[in-house]
Amino acid sequence: MLAVLASIAFLTACGVGGDEGGSGARAINWYVFNEPGGAFDKAVADCNKEAGGKYKINYVKLPTDANQQRELVVRRLAAKDDSIDLIGMDVIWTAELAEAGWIQAWEGERRKAAEEGRLEGPLKTVDYKGKVYGIPFTSNTQLLWYRKDQVDAPPEDFTWDEMIDQAVEDKKAIEVQGAQYEGLTVWMNALIAGAGGQVVDQSGKVKVDDSAAKAAAIESKLAKSTAAPPGMSTNKEDEARIGFESERSNYQVNYTFIYPSAAAIKGFQEKIGWARYPRTEKDKESKPPLGGINIGVSSYTKNSDLAFDAAECLTSDEHQILAAELGGLPPTTEALYEDEKVKKAFPFADVLSESIDAAAPRPVTPAYSDISLAIQKSFHPPDSIDPDGAESTLRGRMEKAAEGAIF
Amino acid sequence: MRQATEQKPKKGKVTDRAKAERKLAYMLCAPAVIAMLLVTGYPIGYALYLSFQKVDLRFPDEKEFVGLSNYVDVLTSTTWWSDVFVTVIIMVISVSIELVLGMAIALVMHRAIFGRGGVRAAVLIPYGIVTVVAAFTWRYAFDPTAGFVAGLPLVPDDYAPLSNQSGSLLIIILAEVWKTTPFMALLLLAGLALVPDELHEAAKVDGASTLQRFVRITLPLMRPAILVALLFRTLDAFRIFDAPFIIQPGGANGTETVSILGYNLLINRLNLGLGSAVSILIFICVILIAVLFVKGLGASTAQQTGDAK
Repeated sequence: MLAVLASIAFLTACGVGGDEGGSGARAINWYVFNEPGGAFDKAVADCNKEAGGKYKINYVKLPTDANQQRELVVRRLAAKDDSIDLIGMDVIWTAELAEAGWIQAWEGERRKAAEEGRLEGPLKTVDYKGKVYGIPFTSNTQLLWYRKDQVDAPPEDFTWDEMIDQAVEDKKAIEVQGAQYEGLTVWMNALIAGAGGQVVDQSGKVKVDDSAAKAAAIESKLAKSTAAPPGMSTNKEDEARIGFESERSNYQVNYTFIYPSAAAIKGFQEKIGWARYPRTEKDKESKPPLGGINIGVSSYTKNSDLAFDAAECLTSDEHQILAAELGGLPPTTEALYEDEKVKKAFPFADVLSESIDAAAPRPVTPAYSDISLAIQKSFHPPDSIDPDGAESTLRGRMEKAAEGAIF
Repeated sequence: MRQATEQKPKKGKVTDRAKAERKLAYMLCAPAVIAMLLVTGYPIGYALYLSFQKVDLRFPDEKEFVGLSNYVDVLTSTTWWSDVFVTVIIMVISVSIELVLGMAIALVMHRAIFGRGGVRAAVLIPYGIVTVVAAFTWRYAFDPTAGFVAGLPLVPDDYAPLSNQSGSLLIIILAEVWKTTPFMALLLLAGLALVPDELHEAAKVDGASTLQRFVRITLPLMRPAILVALLFRTLDAFRIFDAPFIIQPGGANGTETVSILGYNLLINRLNLGLGSAVSILIFICVILIAVLFVKGLGASTAQQTGDAK
């Protein structure tokens, strides 16, 4: 009799199928980039423990390149794949995924949880047409890094023009992201926003004004000056970091990861100073770039409620602190910038939260990838940009991108 | 089969045996034909169907039939034509260099007296390396910060060929030549083996120089092999994707080839209509190249075998 019962129990256990673990916990697959610091691994383990068998999050690792992440996720969502429950969404994906109906809106109590205590900048990135489509997890922005031992601390109204002149005078380079990829869009968008302009308006329509010419003028001035770093037109974040560490430059605009990385060179970290992103125009505050990830819930998940629960758990204060400590990823919850652990991870926490709050999000439009490609093609290669023609070139490409034509 | 042909003269009446044989032949062919239809016919047909639609994966509701408008869009855009231009430049230059180098290497491999196996293996190494890995190697070698080339003597320290179009194309072509010359050499070596030694000996007796023997005997006899090698490489080179994709991601610095354009449209922009139109156009170009070669090749081989008889 016992043997029969045991075998029945065994059979039922086997019959649970692929979607559930042996303990009966529902599997929640979280697709997000591979975070090498181990912060996401630890957050997943914590949440699984906390869930007490209700769900079990699987951390599915995506490549670090944002374009490749998007390709993988979008392909699955377009095929209505139900094995993807949670998505670690780059801040620029919201409109595209929401418009296509691939992610669920956060409503009622859920919406409250997603918005509570969050900084203004990250909140803008989950908003699409008045609805909230994700919960902000980590944020990011670029700062102006400079060599304390070589140049004076930049004044509050430091502009790109002044920085280029200074670098030319010092016979040093300025590290930027000038390759034709998302990073170039980030840079150009920050320059355009810094001149008070935009490329896509609130309703998602293409709206290019003369700030595009101002952005092009700065890019072109740098590229044609002696302050242009070698290989400027192929440099990404990491090439910029290496260039700065090789002491060929006194200035660098880049994300916060360069600071912990500098610790590998003895005595170098102490030479690095930080300031807010430089201005496009003297009399207008700079609009730093905004990065980071939000967590979205797929429309095709079979365990919607549990997926929302898991997303809330993953983005809790505790896990944001963990991401800051282990991964160097800035929090999205405002109060956390007062936390001792976060302050220790980011000695520049003040300018960081100020920058994130003032940041200009990249265009919010379902055709974002088209728009971004159009911006990249219009502002590349940096040394052959014609500032006078930049506005009309960009407008032409953007309009084609928006209507889904070839460019 | 011989029996079947023997019975051919008796017109109108096909024997049961011939019928059965034909049926068997169809049945034996069927799996291959069906497999081909499934793996090539269906995707091509589906791409053709998509190319007549306005269809974007992100906006499934906006799908509609638009006839040839995608093709008109592509063919009237400057992007397509500049990409074709770039592709043809890469194709012509790299295949020409490969042919000359490949021929030289084939001759060396053919004539190598000792260490034949070693020479052949050494020559084949680049071909055995994964293209993506090879492309990364080339890209990093020429990186001004991380690469070794900028550090070589006589090379300026800020030498960054990848930051302009001509330099980037040069490196893509170099990578392509380095990678596929062995393939060319192998095909040509097979052709060289077909040239009988007696002809060379006879010519030598008649006082022909080495160059004369190469131009008058080796080259004409190798013509079919050369044309096949050229055909393979040209078709491959026109569809070049991986080397430029790695060396200049996104087709930056004016290195966008037609395949990369298709990739950008299909995978990045999810615009299946335009992307399929580009794919079909690439397919048509490939067929055109193949037809041109086969016509040239077919005529000349027929002539040659005719002469030989």
